[in-house]
Amino acid sequence: MPRISHWIVRRLSHLDGILLTLVLVLLGISLAVVASASGQSPARISGHLINIGLALGVMVVMANVPPHLLSRVGPPLFVAGVVLLIGVALFGEVRNGARRWLNLGFVAFQPSELLKLALPLMLAWYFQRNEAVLRARHFLVGGVLLLVPFLLILRQPDLGTAMMLGASGFYLLFFAGLPWKVILGGATLGAASLPVVWGLMHDYQQRRVLTLLDPMSDPLGAGYHTIQSTIAIGSGGLFGKGWTQGTQSQLDFIPERTTDFIFAVFGEEFGYVGAILLVVLYLAIVARGLVIAARAPTLFGRLMAATLSLNLFTYAFVNMGMVSGILPVVGVPLPLMSYGGTALITLLLGVGIMMSVATHRQLMTR
Amino acid sequence: MSLATPLKNLDRELARFHGRLKVGAAFVALLAIALLARAYYLQIVQHEYYIQRAESNRISRVPTAPNRGLILDRNGRILAENYSAYTLELTRAQTENLEATLADVGKLIEITPGQLRRFRRLLAESHEFETVPLKSRLTDEEVAVLAANRYRLPGVEVKARLFRNYQAGPGMAHVLGFIGRINDGDLKRLREDGREQNYKGSAYIGKTGLEQSYETLLHGRTGFDQMETDASGRAVRMLSRIPPVPGRDLRLHLDVELQAVAEHAFGDYLGGLVALDPNTGGVLALVSKPGFDPNLFVDGIDPETWKSLNESPERPMVNRVLRGIYPPGSTIKPFMALAGLELGLRKPADSIVDPGFYSLPNSRHQFRDWKRGGHGVVDLRRSISQSCDVYYYRLAVDMGIDRMHDTLAQFGLGEKTGIDLEGESSGLLPSREWKQRRFKQPWYPGETVIAGIGQGYQLTTPLQLATATAMLANGGKRIEPRLVQAVRDPLAHTWQPQPGGVRGQMAIAPANLAVVRQGLVDVMRPGGTASRAAAGAPYTIAGKTGTAQVVGIKQGARYEASRLSRQFRDHALFIAYAPAENPTIVVAVMVENGGHGGSTAAPIARAVFDYYLTGKRPGEMKLEVESAAD
Repeated sequence: MPRISHWIVRRLSHLDGILLTLVLVLLGISLAVVASASGQSPARISGHLINIGLALGVMVVMANVPPHLLSRVGPPLFVAGVVLLIGVALFGEVRNGARRWLNLGFVAFQPSELLKLALPLMLAWYFQRNEAVLRARHFLVGGVLLLVPFLLILRQPDLGTAMMLGASGFYLLFFAGLPWKVILGGATLGAASLPVVWGLMHDYQQRRVLTLLDPMSDPLGAGYHTIQSTIAIGSGGLFGKGWTQGTQSQLDFIPERTTDFIFAVFGEEFGYVGAILLVVLYLAIVARGLVIAARAPTLFGRLMAATLSLNLFTYAFVNMGMVSGILPVVGVPLPLMSYGGTALITLLLGVGIMMSVATHRQLMTR
Repeated sequence: MSLATPLKNLDRELARFHGRLKVGAAFVALLAIALLARAYYLQIVQHEYYIQRAESNRISRVPTAPNRGLILDRNGRILAENYSAYTLELTRAQTENLEATLADVGKLIEITPGQLRRFRRLLAESHEFETVPLKSRLTDEEVAVLAANRYRLPGVEVKARLFRNYQAGPGMAHVLGFIGRINDGDLKRLREDGREQNYKGSAYIGKTGLEQSYETLLHGRTGFDQMETDASGRAVRMLSRIPPVPGRDLRLHLDVELQAVAEHAFGDYLGGLVALDPNTGGVLALVSKPGFDPNLFVDGIDPETWKSLNESPERPMVNRVLRGIYPPGSTIKPFMALAGLELGLRKPADSIVDPGFYSLPNSRHQFRDWKRGGHGVVDLRRSISQSCDVYYYRLAVDMGIDRMHDTLAQFGLGEKTGIDLEGESSGLLPSREWKQRRFKQPWYPGETVIAGIGQGYQLTTPLQLATATAMLANGGKRIEPRLVQAVRDPLAHTWQPQPGGVRGQMAIAPANLAVVRQGLVDVMRPGGTASRAAAGAPYTIAGKTGTAQVVGIKQGARYEASRLSRQFRDHALFIAYAPAENPTIVVAVMVENGGHGGSTAAPIARAVFDYYLTGKRPGEMKLEVESAAD
């Protein structure tokens, strides 16, 4: 018996106390908001609890995987992901006008989800491997590794996921030391090519982009979600209407209110004070993640911790931005808040990696 | 020189990484600020706006239509009331196949072709989502049959609704008017007046008669239930309730029995009659024959019936008292006589010798008297009682058309009386200026001559004749006729009297008025033109007969009623008041194609006087009107 408890204590010792606290606080808030948004549906609440349990388990497991083992998973995972993406492009199932799903007979899934973790792992592994001799051509290779899945996802088409994937790949390159002149040059080039891209787009694509940028122009169609969620947030005021008291939320005006639009429910019921608290919690996770990155003994650990931190905040920003009407509506859940097992597990998997980096201080064995 | 591949300086790399971390942190801080700025804008700056948007999202106002006010006669008898009944209604959008549904319903209960036609007409006028009545006033059996089969008739509903019922019959149709379904024109008017909100939940509005002119009082105020609704529009709970305020009840001056007596007295004749209280202007009776059944219009009339009503040569939809315009004929004479006296053109004793015709100086054209050979020596009283045309030809010429117009205008001729009903005609009182404007022609002297006996361009409504006659009866007070005597707030239970309007007081020398009034009494005495109508009356009547020409009679030809088919006979006119000494009732009668006023119109007025002053009613007449509990 003492051996078992000793084993448990050792496993748990790999958890980072600060990150764990922040994650648990956020998950607690999430539970309250999902309960309110679902009309306190027992099925939803218990489903959410199960997801949380599973995800926390995954986090504990990941925290115990030493970074040098993890880094070896990168290349095979990445290759598998890219192969599956090609498979999607060739044999994928079309749903809602986009070829995103791969039907494996027993389960249908989106390989793009896999890449969200596989790409940073792959790149971090690659830069770790060439740490001592890092040069411009390594960044070139890194850029190619990023572009392959990015373009494959982009032509599904799934602009949202492609952008998020691109962002995480870019963060990694950035932390790996991508030269500023490349970053600035690329940014300038991108900005300059926008009119050209616009000119190449079809009418309906242009219209869709315009609706994305100005949802109010289509109040009953694409703009309906955004209009209702901004009304919900705005009507919350400073202190909010109180838990389960949001009229927009409780009377079905907010679509997807336990998942992608959960921030509208939160903003309506907990107000500006709640919004500040939420943003501060995300900032605290990012801060902790960056501290872990700064202290990490290996390049792999540094890159993973920094990239995963920024990535988590980017998801939060894109989600809250779209729900509050400053960003186009793309299917991005709010990290650690939205109902949904896959996203939660992926996120806590990332947090687990950050914890692993934080608690495995020995140098990587080669 | 070192090895081929120089190893990186790890410390410098780490320092650079830390620098990048700081940039990353700054980037994240920037995004966070953007988010919080947006939230600040929405939740603090624009909070009021969004809270209103949220409120209007969740709160819906469900209207409750008020009960329409009742209309009662002067004795509290109900003329227009509401009753609750079941109707069968259809919503096209909810039926799978409209024709099949109609056929199914037709197998369950009887649907007449008229009801079906009316339904189709209403259907064509309404939205797909509106419910349209198919059959109203269902019997209990019909309700039961429909309720049992409702599950297989989607879009078919049985609803309890309030209906308007006019039980006083066709005789009251021109007074009460009717309500009908609110159409696009009504809706536009309501919107322009800002009254649209008050008609949320109401399907009906007053279309004609009192129902139209007192619409705002009768309708009441619509109540609203504030309901909390979800995004799909389903009511979740009631937040607050503003109860509807029922419409006001109207009590009329009109006596429904007097009305019936008058209507009965017309017999087979068509025409119009109005009886006024000369002191208050209260309308005691207002008959326009033929009438129609106003109940036909309440649920939307079927096209065939509407066509037959509208195209009938008897024109039952025209209110002859308000809208019928006729030359006043000899009924103008007492007013002309009074004008002559007041203008100093005649003294009561001034006499003429009537040879039976009148010619203008330097003209061979003869304006003939209705009596061949003339009336001999005629003074003012005799000119009225004998209705001497030549007396008034001369008077008219002496007066001239301008003074004639100005004086007769003081009696309200050629002008709307201002009765509390809409659609009144103003008639026509010609003048030199009017003719120039209308025909771009000068006034001819011959036109003045015939104007003296109420012929030519002059046109009056029976109502105008009645208000002018009332001025003779009341000493020159120009009253505005009023149907409504008092208004009751059904919640307060007290009647608020509605004072009648007075347009002014005409200055008339009492001696002059007395002579004219004596002449009017003489009309009803032996030797007068309507003496037979007054025979045996226990009170004194003052009256004047008249005829309004329907077809022109050629110079030299004779008008012989017996040789003309009835539709070309003259309209008979009669104005009167009684008792002559202290008048309490004024009557103006027009009998279409009735020939001479004395023989057809005067007896009708007599029947009205008899009932009003003595309570005597024609033996065979029956009246069944329910009395209201006050």
